[in-house]
Amino acid sequence: MATYQLNVNGQSRQVNVDPSTPLLWVLREELKMTGTKYGCGISACGACTVHVDGIATRSCVVPVSLVGDRPIVTIEGIGTDAVGRVVQEAWIERDVVQCGYCQSGQIMSAVALLKATPKPTDMNIEESMGGNLCRCATYVRIREAIKSASEQLK
Amino acid sequence: MGAGVFSLDFATLHQLSHSHNLSAARHRHFANVIRGPAGKGVPGLNCVSCHQSENADSTGVPGGSNWHLAPLSMRWQDTNDRPLSSGAVCRALVDRSRNNGLNASGLLKHHEEEPLVLWAWNPGRRPDGTMRTLPPLTHAEFVAATRTWVDAGTPCPRAR
Repeated sequence: MATYQLNVNGQSRQVNVDPSTPLLWVLREELKMTGTKYGCGISACGACTVHVDGIATRSCVVPVSLVGDRPIVTIEGIGTDAVGRVVQEAWIERDVVQCGYCQSGQIMSAVALLKATPKPTDMNIEESMGGNLCRCATYVRIREAIKSASEQLK
Repeated sequence: MGAGVFSLDFATLHQLSHSHNLSAARHRHFANVIRGPAGKGVPGLNCVSCHQSENADSTGVPGGSNWHLAPLSMRWQDTNDRPLSSGAVCRALVDRSRNNGLNASGLLKHHEEEPLVLWAWNPGRRPDGTMRTLPPLTHAEFVAATRTWVDAGTPCPRAR
């Protein structure tokens, strides 16, 4: 076990965990932030996506020991970000969610995309969101919401 | 070591350390990963979305400094995933218009010091916990062979 001081959504949080513990389980089990979901556990589905130092990161495969002092933003905190807030509003406006399980990861990836590419093409969206799977197949509405958010971010 | 054999070793090592296709089996990366314009993925799905600054042995994800792909100009297989010949790989390797401007001594330094080249000798564990396969020669032997090749004028096999 080791103690880590994590910066999560702008707050300093201390955890005492095995260094090999994936960040996902530190967030969910230690910090009780259950908005970030466990999907596949092998970074194949994107449900566990959070931002680490602004990079969309698959928290299920990143041991907490490798996070360091890089700031972490989760779905619980993304709404305080200007782009994040617009994306969440677009998600509501377009009624994207069906079962909702993958959607926190979808939103985190979409925010990362729009921060880097404010006016994404369909190809940009396909490539950037291609690692986020949705078994309800909400892909068309996800694309619409990203475009709607992009318009709002003019 | 002859140039042909040496180029083959280059191919094996480069594939292990850089290529979009992975391992000796040359399988494609899973999870719809895209190379992106700089070989570092795309926003939302960057290489570093999973690959951290060092190997993550508890989850089996390899990592190292500045994890990225070699540029397409240095690809060692065609667009249908067929491996290029040793001669073609060697010619790409020494072509400064395709190799980021490296001369012979630059290639030697690349093999001596580039972190992602060095990663090949510290590849960590697979997701199933087993160790990844090491190259068939030590890093010191690899550098010595590179030096021999450089001293010989970086010859390439004639075969296409």
